[in-house]
Amino acid sequence: MPSTSSPVPSGNCETEPVRVLVAMSGGVDSSVAAALLVRSLGTADVVGATLKLWGGESDSGCCSVADVDDARRVADQLGIVHHVFNFAADFETHVVDPYVAGHAAGRTPNPCIECNRHLKFDRLLERAALLGFDAVATGHHARVDQDPDGTYRLLRGADVAKDQSYVLAMLGQGELARCRFPVGARTKEEVRAEAVRLGLRTADKPDSQDVCFIRSDVGRAGFLADRVPLHAGRLVDHATGDDLGPVEAVELVTVGQRRGMGHGTDGRRRFVTAVDVPARRVRVGPPEAALAPGHELHTVTWVAGPPAGPADGVVPALAQCSAHGRAVPCTLRPVADGLSVEFVEPQRRVAPGQTIALYDPSRPDSVLGSGIVR
Amino acid sequence: MTAVAPDGTRRAYLDHAATTPLRPDALEAMLPVLTGEFANPSGAHTESRRARVALDDARDRIAELLGAGPGDVVLTSGGTEADDLAIQGGWDATAPAAAGAVGPGVVVCSAMEHPAVLEACRALARRTGAELREVASDPWGRVDLDALAGACTPDVRLVSVMAVNNELGTVQPLADVATTVRQRSPGAVLHTDAVQAVPWLDVAALTAPFDLVSVSAHKFGGPKGAGALVLRGGAEVRPRMAGGGQERGRRSGTPNVAGAVGMAAALGATAADRAVDVARVAHLRDRLADGLAARVPQVVESGRRRDRVAGIVHLRVGGVESEALVVLLDGYGVAASAGAACSSGAVGPSHVLESLGLDAAAASSGVRFSLGVTTTDDDVDHALDVVPRAVGQLRN
Repeated sequence: MPSTSSPVPSGNCETEPVRVLVAMSGGVDSSVAAALLVRSLGTADVVGATLKLWGGESDSGCCSVADVDDARRVADQLGIVHHVFNFAADFETHVVDPYVAGHAAGRTPNPCIECNRHLKFDRLLERAALLGFDAVATGHHARVDQDPDGTYRLLRGADVAKDQSYVLAMLGQGELARCRFPVGARTKEEVRAEAVRLGLRTADKPDSQDVCFIRSDVGRAGFLADRVPLHAGRLVDHATGDDLGPVEAVELVTVGQRRGMGHGTDGRRRFVTAVDVPARRVRVGPPEAALAPGHELHTVTWVAGPPAGPADGVVPALAQCSAHGRAVPCTLRPVADGLSVEFVEPQRRVAPGQTIALYDPSRPDSVLGSGIVR
Repeated sequence: MTAVAPDGTRRAYLDHAATTPLRPDALEAMLPVLTGEFANPSGAHTESRRARVALDDARDRIAELLGAGPGDVVLTSGGTEADDLAIQGGWDATAPAAAGAVGPGVVVCSAMEHPAVLEACRALARRTGAELREVASDPWGRVDLDALAGACTPDVRLVSVMAVNNELGTVQPLADVATTVRQRSPGAVLHTDAVQAVPWLDVAALTAPFDLVSVSAHKFGGPKGAGALVLRGGAEVRPRMAGGGQERGRRSGTPNVAGAVGMAAALGATAADRAVDVARVAHLRDRLADGLAARVPQVVESGRRRDRVAGIVHLRVGGVESEALVVLLDGYGVAASAGAACSSGAVGPSHVLESLGLDAAAASSGVRFSLGVTTTDDDVDHALDVVPRAVGQLRN
């Protein structure tokens, strides 16, 4: 019998709660996640659910009828009940609309993180609780651990190359207490091998790529062009303000971007340092201008509350600025309505709207929290 | 039809508007065709002639029961094909708009039509440039006759109004619809999707003033994959598929003899038993609806009971998302339905409820219990036990 008071051993399923709803995208990771849950809990207490998130056209990525079919057939094979939940309206409100609005304002949002924040670990958790489930499981490569005092920790997945803790870094105690990542302790290779061993039809499915609601033949530019007006603008030098030529659509340019920005008079590549949509201006500069000493974050979240720091309020941390980027040393300082992240060494500037995930330098695989670059 | 699942839980199937179990009469009639009379009825040999006889007999019976001549029944793969053939093929067979008219003309349907009609009308509008007018419903789930009159201008070429709404069970005022259309749009072809009417109403009488009538066998105890479009009063349709010209050139493809035979048998049995079945199911329906109203706070029964067929209870459950309710009910052993299920199995807000003027939250709170001739008192008891519990859990 599970007990709410006993701590969860690291990376172990022994004290899994009674009933688990497993989100099945139709991919190999969530298929194996479901299979592992069935192994530890049996078929009666595991139910699969596929989320219908996007009503428009897409290549794949959890919304196509083919992906739903794959998830359903895997559920059949495992002997578990499977449902489809239509969260398309919430996805539009919380993911697609802000994505479009962000780009229209010259920011670069991360839709996967917003989907996790609002759909998988809010809407789905709420739905699961209503239906009598104790937890939601997904196929993410990350781990949940619990301290002796009961505090939950979010840890990187065992497969460093596939680690997805970055896109989960917004989770807090309330969510971590009710979510499970059954494949997080395994490498991708082991996951695929398990899928093959079980004869799951998703064993050979390629990993999902890019933004799930944007078709590859339309692309981000085409997707945005259908939804917001795109404006031609000018490239200007970041320091002198000199006009350097035209840019097709300022809304499609991202801070830090190099492609299409040409070279400076010294022959070195130019980087985007700022996007100013109202002024229709994209500022560019040499590689050193693309570096930033730090960033200010909003929408700051903590896995287990803000870390206690020295008397001056400055605490050391590791900052990871993209899904598979390197975590670099930094210090954190609270500021009004947010958090200031100062890199120990200047780093490539992160675009406004992107998320920085923060890790614990004394336990580098442990997520401290997250925030969105202002 | 209370059944016991393999894990020992009791189950009540209350989704007969989605599909019905095969009637024993239909199965019995189909078996000889599936095994013995297997031949293609279009051939020139003895085996074909025997299959042909089975097909012709079935067609005669279907025609008689639906109020048409045998030559006026086009056998189709089901309700969707019959609707598409009626709307797109029916439009193509009408005369182009009168000289001097602007554009290719107008198609009118009620906004609460099944997607088979709604999407066929939209596809027609895209293909031909026709103007589509979707007519709203009154708050009781019947097409708004004043709005229909407003939509029916002389340049209307086709009107489609369903006989019984599939989500709410409301019987549409077909006689008034026909009068309105004939007066205001005398050139229009009049179609009705009668798919949900057959188990409960005398479709021949109900749809008498209509030119085109769609039915689907599996809604009344026949097999899936069989349906028919009835043509009356010289109405004609252009074929939607090129091919061998079967069904008098209106629908190509080797006839589904077993499907036709099963449909005829199910239709015969339905008609023969209708009076008794309707009374019995209406009693069960009342018990279910009254019982739920007494046990579950904040439920609204959609449509007036006197306007509805015997088999359908549609409830709007305040503060509850129907998608979650249906999943929970399934877990507790009641098969019910919410809104319109799409191809992936997801549930969306109901366009039928939206056509009544309800907002998105209300349009996502509808649950349909649909009873059939196999529904028992035990099924109703089980639902009365389980539904209040499930709603209570979701409102917790």
